[in-house]
Amino acid sequence: MHKEFLMGNEAIALGSIAAGVKLVAGYPGTPSTEVLETVAKRNPGDIYVEWSVNEKAAMEVAAGAAYSGARAMVTMKQVGLNVASDPLMSLEYVGVKGGMVVMVADDPGPISSQTEQDTRTFAMFSKVPLFDPVSVAEAYEMIQEAFDFSEKYHTPVFFRCTTRVDHGYEAIEVKDEAEYRKVEMEGFVKDSSRWVIFPRLSLKNHGQIEKRNRELTAVLSAYPRNAMHREKGRYEGGSGGKGIVTHGISYMYALDSMEKEHHVRILKVATPFPFPEELALRFLEGLEEVLCIEELDPVLERALLEICGRHHLQVRIRGKLTGDIAAAGENTMLSVGRAIRFFLGLEEEQPAEPADIPLPVRPPVLCAGCPHRASFYAVKQAMKGKKTIYCGDIGCYTLGNAMPLDMCDTCLCMGAGINIAQGVGHLDKGMKCFAFVGDSTFFAAGLTGVVNAFYNQADMTLIVLDNSTTAMTGHQPHPGTGRTVMGQVVEKVSIEKVLRAIGVATVETVNPLDFAEARDTVKRVSEEPGVKAVIFRSPCIAVTKPAASSAVHAETCIGCKKCIREIGCPALVLREGKAYIDPSLCTGCTLCEQICPTGAIGGGKKNEE
Amino acid sequence: MRNKNIILCGVGGQGTILASKLMAAAAMKRGMEVKTAETIGMAQRGGSVFSHVRLGEGLQSPMIAPGKADIILGFEPAETLRHLPFLRRGGTVVASTSPILPTSALIGQASYPLEDILRHLREHTEKLTLVDSETAASALGSAKVLNVLLLGAAVRTGALGLTIEDIREALREKVPARFHELNEKALMYTEEKRTS
Repeated sequence: MHKEFLMGNEAIALGSIAAGVKLVAGYPGTPSTEVLETVAKRNPGDIYVEWSVNEKAAMEVAAGAAYSGARAMVTMKQVGLNVASDPLMSLEYVGVKGGMVVMVADDPGPISSQTEQDTRTFAMFSKVPLFDPVSVAEAYEMIQEAFDFSEKYHTPVFFRCTTRVDHGYEAIEVKDEAEYRKVEMEGFVKDSSRWVIFPRLSLKNHGQIEKRNRELTAVLSAYPRNAMHREKGRYEGGSGGKGIVTHGISYMYALDSMEKEHHVRILKVATPFPFPEELALRFLEGLEEVLCIEELDPVLERALLEICGRHHLQVRIRGKLTGDIAAAGENTMLSVGRAIRFFLGLEEEQPAEPADIPLPVRPPVLCAGCPHRASFYAVKQAMKGKKTIYCGDIGCYTLGNAMPLDMCDTCLCMGAGINIAQGVGHLDKGMKCFAFVGDSTFFAAGLTGVVNAFYNQADMTLIVLDNSTTAMTGHQPHPGTGRTVMGQVVEKVSIEKVLRAIGVATVETVNPLDFAEARDTVKRVSEEPGVKAVIFRSPCIAVTKPAASSAVHAETCIGCKKCIREIGCPALVLREGKAYIDPSLCTGCTLCEQICPTGAIGGGKKNEE
Repeated sequence: MRNKNIILCGVGGQGTILASKLMAAAAMKRGMEVKTAETIGMAQRGGSVFSHVRLGEGLQSPMIAPGKADIILGFEPAETLRHLPFLRRGGTVVASTSPILPTSALIGQASYPLEDILRHLREHTEKLTLVDSETAASALGSAKVLNVLLLGAAVRTGALGLTIEDIREALREKVPARFHELNEKALMYTEEKRTS
């Protein structure tokens, strides 16, 4: 063992390596991405790692490995689980041979997601057991136990964290390479009565799964990470008949909010499904009132209500359903501390009042020099005065919605923009319908939408924003980049060729940083009938080095602020009434040079590739 | 030593994460437990970002409650003020006075009351160190080392329980060699300003 300062996701990766994982597949998504990246980085050499084209592919690739008797892991964010839900629902019926962990990162807040969905609820729906750690240190140990558990019960298991565990850092003890588990793999053994799902097999296995999950409530009651502080420690006793049930990072907030004299009985739930019922019954004994402190859905609260109902217990269960804990949003030290004090009948602590000064909000923005800004601006100028809809999608380019660009009218989920544009267009023939999709999203979820549009005779312009990387999640490779996470150089999948093969007749590729050319291309292409595409190709500024930044000639600048007003680049600010370019931010994209009415900006240069 | 709760706040891209890593590395060398939590993901694209850093022993949550931070390292005035409710009574603030205007303020849709912000910081913080980071950037020839500069200033207040030498050592381990000279100059910048 040795000590390392690790991010939660890094600890999960190292834990899975120590557990003998042999295949890891996933699709990037905050806050899950670093798990797979760390496995690739710290690979002892015998682990196959891939960024799959999407979460469904990743789930199926991992299932194949687990069918073969190897330990496998699949990683994704919570909304990615929706994409992978089709294989997972059936996989639970079929089961696995090698241990298989489905690592899902939930995002209370939400901080960088479309939904506040709770994978614990998904666990109940899919009948897949779920592990939910409270800290980085526990995540490292628990992921190893999850593999053992999966293998023992021949079921995939969820390993679910939330942002504050995924992205928290802690110095923890980790195993040396010599201590890693060595797992012999048998390879795939033909057995169609096991691996081929048919209604008869589903019925038989369904019954067994329900029976197993009922039995697991007792097994998991003895799992030491489902724990009650009762006999000793700070929370001895249970005076006042009050108890707290909690999980994940909220457990840590609760401990930090508690003072020695509180004497509250605490139940920490590591496996909300199957729920450790026997343990919960012991916890409830003699209690009058319980506060459930949890994030996202009231999963623990409902489980306790059910237990109290089944066993005719007169315990008042409080939590989200009673308004004691907020129904939506992330728990914080402040919210948990307040809820506990209120529950215990203690006086509320008054935190310092925020200053009575209106502070500007600071949402994320497209980076200085981001090629997406130029692409959006080109389309906006090309379509001036026309009736348009701009359907956006998931990625950095969702930020094109902000003023002054204001170029994202809809955003729903990965790949949705392409189909939404069709739906709008079928009913409003006078509308110019545009769908913007990034290169990684195009491969992950855009292809079927384009086929649908072409087949069903839609009239729309597809704009592919190809910056040659998965930028939002930290620059992962994808099928169009010609690189894999294992470092191999492979043949690129060409977006042009794919579109042409589908039947899209007009596919034009243009550099968005050449403003006039980009604008004129959009004008021309959008006039064509049917489905047509413009690919804006320019690499993400974070993966290319700037050559020379642009500068404003103060004498020529007339202070009209057109550059600032129209493109909203963070490198462009106003100084003494004139535009000024922050050289530490400017990447030399020259978009501002091209739109300045007096030619006052110059000197910018992009690096030639 | 009492546990130390430290908050770093600023704008995505200013280098708050490296500063929290350096503090963590230095504290670990001293045998302290360390827990941190920070903004990773979309907000890093020029949005408001923060790091919570906790040093000491018996730590539970990586997040710090309002009113419990011993020190705030503010990389940008509005962000410093936004996080001020986290400061404990008598806590220390080390902050840059150079504003970064969000796009909404640049295009005139929001105001940025810099003078009010700085006045509030002066009136409501007993232990306040303000750093003119624009002047510092031109003196150092780089705006990219504000993180280490503020860290140096924070160490000098004594509120971190770490020494300049601790940070210097962490720097040499965590930062590529070609940036050592620039970072060490930044680390010493507020000291030299004080003595000159």
